[in-house]
Amino acid sequence: MSDLSSTRLVTLSADDFAPLPHRDDVHGINRPSRSYWQDAWRRLKSNRRALFSLWLILGLLAFALLGPLLWQVDPSRQDIDQISQAPGADRSAEIVPEYTAWNGSVQPGFESDAAGLRIAADANSQAVRLVWDAVPGASALRLYRNIFPIDDELAFGLPIAEFTSVEAGFYEDRLDLRPDTYYYTLVSLDQGMNLSAQYQELAVDVRRVITLDEVRERELVAPDVELALGDEVNLSFHPFGTDYLGRDILARLMSGARVSLFIGIVAPFLFVLLGVAYGSTAGFIGGKVDQIMMRIADFVVALPFLLFMILFQVVFGIGPGESGILPMLVALILLSWPATARLVRGQILQIRQEAYVSASRLLGAKNYYLVLRHMIPNTLGVILVTLTFAVPSAIFTEAFLSFIGMGVAPPTASWGSMSNEGLATMLTHPHELIFPAIFISLTVLAFNLLGDGLRDALDSRMRSLE
Amino acid sequence: MWQYTLKRLLQGVITVWFIATATFLAMHSVPGDPISGERAATEAIRANLAARYGLDKPLGEQYVIYIGNFLKGDFGISFTQQNRQVNDIIREHFPVSATLGILAVLFAALGGVLWGALTAIYRNRLPDTVIMFLVILGISVPSFVFAALGQLALVNINNFFGVSILPVAGWGTVSHMIVPALVLGMGTMAYLTRLMRSSMLEIIHSDYVRTAKAKGLPAERVFLKHQLRNAILPVVTVLGPAIAAITTGGFVVELVFAIPGLGRYFVQAVQQLDYTVIMGTTVFYGSFLVFMVILVDLLYGWIDPRVRVQ
Repeated sequence: MSDLSSTRLVTLSADDFAPLPHRDDVHGINRPSRSYWQDAWRRLKSNRRALFSLWLILGLLAFALLGPLLWQVDPSRQDIDQISQAPGADRSAEIVPEYTAWNGSVQPGFESDAAGLRIAADANSQAVRLVWDAVPGASALRLYRNIFPIDDELAFGLPIAEFTSVEAGFYEDRLDLRPDTYYYTLVSLDQGMNLSAQYQELAVDVRRVITLDEVRERELVAPDVELALGDEVNLSFHPFGTDYLGRDILARLMSGARVSLFIGIVAPFLFVLLGVAYGSTAGFIGGKVDQIMMRIADFVVALPFLLFMILFQVVFGIGPGESGILPMLVALILLSWPATARLVRGQILQIRQEAYVSASRLLGAKNYYLVLRHMIPNTLGVILVTLTFAVPSAIFTEAFLSFIGMGVAPPTASWGSMSNEGLATMLTHPHELIFPAIFISLTVLAFNLLGDGLRDALDSRMRSLE
Repeated sequence: MWQYTLKRLLQGVITVWFIATATFLAMHSVPGDPISGERAATEAIRANLAARYGLDKPLGEQYVIYIGNFLKGDFGISFTQQNRQVNDIIREHFPVSATLGILAVLFAALGGVLWGALTAIYRNRLPDTVIMFLVILGISVPSFVFAALGQLALVNINNFFGVSILPVAGWGTVSHMIVPALVLGMGTMAYLTRLMRSSMLEIIHSDYVRTAKAKGLPAERVFLKHQLRNAILPVVTVLGPAIAAITTGGFVVELVFAIPGLGRYFVQAVQQLDYTVIMGTTVFYGSFLVFMVILVDLLYGWIDPRVRVQ
């Protein structure tokens, strides 16, 4: 273009009327156009908590799906050397000869001048050998073992043997010995075989030992490694410890994650799908059909949820060899769909009134097109939020049912059933309860936070006030 | 109001009938036979047992008898405990569950309203952050973990002081109820706190609150009369489902704390496949919950007249 400001008189030529080259950058709209979903994704990404929960969920999924590939331990294999072991517990064992029967003789080095109850040989997890002197005044003796020191209440623990002779005697304890401190008491009995106040106490530290054959059999060391008596070997490694049957907790957490996450994700997905189909049908058809369909949904809502979950577990019955996952899935779907159906129906009724639906109808759109193209996509945000919030409640339900013993059948592990098993040993081995509980809580937390984030990102009407 | 009440009650009755029917159908489609135990050794014993429990009649007739008995308030006799009426079982164990439940609901509602209002007032300040963190914890941790931890804490506290401050398990006195009720109400309290907070935040910014402040009302009056009263409304609406959640959640707490409630009994009956007890308890619990929800709805209509008009 010629410089207009300096030229007073303009002579126009034909060139001045030639079209300018097309330029995109002039008057370009600087803000990129974003679709609803791009916008939602951007909002979600800027929400730190939601992003964190997303990573957490991905991590949990990886734990469930990839974990067993990295940690290839059979979740139902029992490690009988290590039962209820806390994570990081000492797992060294000394190699000793095979067990041989004992005739009551005192092993060299263990002779003692002290009277009373004492050990006659090295106390290890193979056997604890006890000897004692004659107990005058008693008419019989009873030997007890306790894992706690004998206190004022005189709780002696487990009675393990009774002797009618009160002369010097011996006893070999081989009952379920663990590397721990045991408190033995030899209590004098009176003529009526009642406990008297007279007793002798002995605390014994038991060492863990293992025989060569056992080492080879359990493949604790490579086959070509030479081993001699007295060598130390390490028992198999359990990073999260073992449960009351000696099963590896990490492996069980992984296989439990598969069960819990499967139920937690698949069940909500299916019942939300059912709810969407039901609700959109009712909302779209409207009228009498809608009324009847919603009445049915109301009835299902009125059923007491957990009671009927339990009832359905009974009805479907868990046969031998079945895991109980399928009945739970079916029961969850049967009982949970109405909430979504109601929500979707409400949305559809609303959208039906919108001008763009009328416009589309005027342009000749068929019903299925209206539903699939306009109504469902426009409710997708709400549906997605419902789905996310349905996951934690499904996981809770699974955990609840398995916890009261109505969920998955043993030996299938789920986080709920693991918590149930851990509860029995909570006081002595809290790790058996704490690990599955942490996993349930983390998963529920992650899905709740993600749900909050999605709600804020997708639906301005449902946006929570923070 | 009367019409509304009547309508809701009628709906409740139909729902209870539906629950009873669903339970009946469910229990009669259980695979296996309720009397297939060692007790039914011979054909004759079997037949006698079937006759005693009315199982020899066709399904339709059984249903009519069942509904008839139900209307009379008779749930029959237990399968596993000979000569024990289901009614006796309910009469004996339900008051325990109800006491625990009422305490838990009270605790959850009061706690939820209080913490929710506090967080809204101290929005984005320390009390808010701390309470909301605890709320997220409360929502994410399953009730049985709270129960186990509560019991563990009791054991440690009692050990620490050397005397039994609160009993670790069992039932009988008020001291037995405190910790189980706290544990049972925990999840619901967290949920109500969240609800109360967002409802309170909405109201704090509303016009009538600003007006009330502008015309010089004392802060406490604005808080109690204008904010709290209105903010409580959404909390009341979810109280019905909350009662349902707490009653059934009681199963776990009763199990962990060895409380002789109906929930524990129900779980036991299910494990022993005691058909009449399962049916009776389900229908009883179901009716109870349905009428609790109706009660809460009516209460809501009474608090907020706008609901009745609809």
